[in-house]
Amino acid sequence: MLARLASKRLLEIRQAFRQSPQTTRSLSTALNYHIDTPDNNPNVPWEFNEANKPKVKEILSHYPSNYKQSAVIPLLDLAQQQHGGWLPVSAMDAVAKVVEVAPIRVYEVATFYSMFNRAKVGKYHLLVCGTTPCMIRGSREIEDALLKHLGVKRNEVTKDGLFSVGEMECMGSCVNAPMITVADYSNGAEGYTYNYYEDLTPKRVVEIVEALKRGEKPPHGTQNPERINCGPAGGNTTLLGEPKPPPCRDLDAC
Amino acid sequence: MGLGSLASRALRSSSSSRVLSSNPRYNLIRTIVSTPELHKPEAAAESASEPDLPKRTPVAGARVHFPNPDDVIEVFVDGYPVKIPKGMTVLQACSVAGVDIPRFCYHDRLSIAGNCRMCLVEVEKSPKPVASCAMPALPGMKIKTDTPIAKKAREGVMEFLLMNHPLDCPICDQGGECDLQDQSMAFGSDRGRFTETKRSVVDKNLGPLVKTVMTRCIQCTRCVRFASEIAGVQDLGMLGRGSGEEIGTYVEKLMTSELSGNVIDICPVGALTSKPFAFKARNWELKGTETIDVTDAVGSNIRIDSRGPEVMRIVPRLNEDINEEWISDKTRFCYDGLKRQRLSDPMIRGPDGQFKPVSWRDALAVVAEVIHQVKPEEIVGVAGKLSDAESMMSLKDFLNRIGSNNIWCEGNGNNIDADLRSGYLMNTTISGLEKADCFLLIGTQPRVEAAMVNARIRKTVRATQAKVGYIGPPTDFNYSHDHLGTTPETLTAILENRHPFSATLSTAKHPAIIVGAGIFHRQDTSAILSLLHSLSAKFPNLVTPEWNGLNVLLLNAAQAAALDLGLVPESNTGMESAKFVYLMGADDTELDALPKDAFVVYQGHHGDKGVYRANVIFPSTVFSEKEGTYENTEGCVQQTVPAVPTVGDAREDWKIIRALSEVCGVRLPYDTITGVRSRIKNVAPNLLKVDEREPAVFSGLLKPEGNGKVSAAPFGVTVENFYMTDAITRASKIMAQCSSLLTKK
Repeated sequence: MLARLASKRLLEIRQAFRQSPQTTRSLSTALNYHIDTPDNNPNVPWEFNEANKPKVKEILSHYPSNYKQSAVIPLLDLAQQQHGGWLPVSAMDAVAKVVEVAPIRVYEVATFYSMFNRAKVGKYHLLVCGTTPCMIRGSREIEDALLKHLGVKRNEVTKDGLFSVGEMECMGSCVNAPMITVADYSNGAEGYTYNYYEDLTPKRVVEIVEALKRGEKPPHGTQNPERINCGPAGGNTTLLGEPKPPPCRDLDAC
Repeated sequence: MGLGSLASRALRSSSSSRVLSSNPRYNLIRTIVSTPELHKPEAAAESASEPDLPKRTPVAGARVHFPNPDDVIEVFVDGYPVKIPKGMTVLQACSVAGVDIPRFCYHDRLSIAGNCRMCLVEVEKSPKPVASCAMPALPGMKIKTDTPIAKKAREGVMEFLLMNHPLDCPICDQGGECDLQDQSMAFGSDRGRFTETKRSVVDKNLGPLVKTVMTRCIQCTRCVRFASEIAGVQDLGMLGRGSGEEIGTYVEKLMTSELSGNVIDICPVGALTSKPFAFKARNWELKGTETIDVTDAVGSNIRIDSRGPEVMRIVPRLNEDINEEWISDKTRFCYDGLKRQRLSDPMIRGPDGQFKPVSWRDALAVVAEVIHQVKPEEIVGVAGKLSDAESMMSLKDFLNRIGSNNIWCEGNGNNIDADLRSGYLMNTTISGLEKADCFLLIGTQPRVEAAMVNARIRKTVRATQAKVGYIGPPTDFNYSHDHLGTTPETLTAILENRHPFSATLSTAKHPAIIVGAGIFHRQDTSAILSLLHSLSAKFPNLVTPEWNGLNVLLLNAAQAAALDLGLVPESNTGMESAKFVYLMGADDTELDALPKDAFVVYQGHHGDKGVYRANVIFPSTVFSEKEGTYENTEGCVQQTVPAVPTVGDAREDWKIIRALSEVCGVRLPYDTITGVRSRIKNVAPNLLKVDEREPAVFSGLLKPEGNGKVSAAPFGVTVENFYMTDAITRASKIMAQCSSLLTKK
């Protein structure tokens, strides 16, 4: 009896250990190599559109003419906005041509930064902050709610092409955690917005998604009605009066 | 770095440091104290003497060159004072002091990346260990390479490197010559603390030469830097970030460089290994033979690694003056051609057109009989592009004794002037090209004709932004160049100041003009050469007492020695009237003009083009099986060393000719290779000065008479397919794969 119990316990312990940490590695970036698809291959023609060409010139003017490659990040960003939020390989080639470097040097940059999407994203790319403060405040529930509501997996685009959900690292809104960022590519490079929605609950985030789907622009910032920006809920609790002058000396006398 | 040396160093350091600390004189930093005993002169002399340390020799013969005596600084490496020029890094200072710092990402010939952190050393007054490869040495710096801090730092780095490195040494081709393996023996732990899963990376397809196992990669970026800096192909890059970082091309792309094989050597781990050599042998089973390469006229220094009778691989050998430490892919991977299509027995073509193996006695007798039946002036000898000086000497002696002087070497054309050595050599020398500040390439595509010379030009262009002008058909360059034209007309324009490049040439301090050996096949060879001499008269910087910028870039290993030995054709129509042709490894000679009834002897090692027309075949040895003298395009004489035994009944070329001469009744007066060489000494004494460059004495007075006008025909492409230029490379399967996959169609 005892032996059976012991062996059972041993099995349990074993099982616990066997639950290896082999959870899928969730890197925010996609693959580090390119696979040709019909809409993403080097033969797809791509160039900056007429509206963006002056912008390209403007960006290049920020850098000395012999250091054109310095413009690679702003140009990639512009290309991404123009192309609905993601960079096909031919767009990177086009940027390489503009800054006069080998394409691989642009690929290196584009793969390094996780905010350059090298796979298709939705018109609204929802980025859930997964860094520690947000995670403690429930970013996983936020993400689960989003994924469940939209019926997609991470980095997948909904059937209507409107939404995709990704993960990102800390955006500095820890005081209002958890938060998501909505990158809005629905209006091209001109109407591009990149807004934070903070103090979220699983319910509220679904409401935001629904509002976006209806074409509304829900107010960004904290979603807690009791808070103003990052102030405490229900109004200030400290610093209520006028700040006192420094007690040590009279500054005016100096 | 050998594992043994590391281990012994670790041992030595522990014992020597104990000795040192007990030695009072070791205390170099002396505070100011009253020491009356030191005021005595003999005591002062004693204290001023060098600390009593075991003398150290620089690592791998590291040499220090002080360009400016003011820029000398002194640093202390483990207490040992060493003088180095300003600007050297701590790692270089250590290597001068005889301390080999472990490293992965640092490479002498590449830019400094400083990302592997293996070279951490302790520097006094520095709060943290410093990466010695990226840290410039400062005067008075006290570098400690063997302290517990340095050791612990390296152990930490090693643990992180091994975190994601698979434990597949038993099935890894780098095993036994792996930097990571060696250094982990010195700095690695016997167990890991890493319990998470190791990452895995998708392997990349870089072509038929380089096999990738990217999971083994430690991201040292040596291959990325090599590709972009030395090879000049911007294909490889570092993709991703953090633990997802990987080396790759992003888009599916083969590495189309003629130097791609070198990434195998510089990869410190088994991530990039040789595809043809995969799972063939272990490096400790191989016998290394230091010899030279003959597939082009550069004469790259190589080591042939063989196991038993088989050549397993070819790797480069350091020679700063010729190939540095790189070799071209053709040199490296032609070795499987040494085993295929070989001629192993003497053969005679029967009446049915089929070859029948016979004994040497019968074959020689048949040939001797035919020789006696033809008139001496109907005898022609052609030396192939891989022939060594000894065999060419004996062939020439043999034919001369019979009475013919119609003998030449492939690739030298019909109207070459071999009187002046400077007329067919690279007078600047390959390493001398680094001083040039302006290049004019005429009818030559160095990238395919002599990849190592091209690498040197690229190095110069990268370092000094030297201008490169090119006259010839449009071709690939891996450095910026101006395409000036396609015909010799452009050259005339430059000479007559009608071309903007004339200004570039006249302002250049060390201009270098490189003419391809392709012009030897033109009708207007001498006219072009005389144009060049006019150029040297017009641009005085081209030829000065200390600089000779007139170069000919030869194509084949045999060419320079053949011209030194005087293998020049007597008449332009030797082939049309020939009745007896002796082809000594000559496969690229046009035999169409040969009369149908001519008797052809083919002496060679491969069943290649020459065999199709041959009546008798004498099997001979390839460069890996014989001792032969070769002169490269800059006039540097080098010798091959036999690495493997010969195939079947094959014999060395000069021995076959010597035997034939005896059967013919005109016995050549030498029986040993030393005998042949003493005969060579009479003809071309420079061919005996191995590893020396006999400078060609240039004389501007001896201008070749410009007979005829320069023709308007454009310069042609000399090498159609880089990977297949001679009998060995044409027999090679690897080279066939390369030419089908990598050459541009």
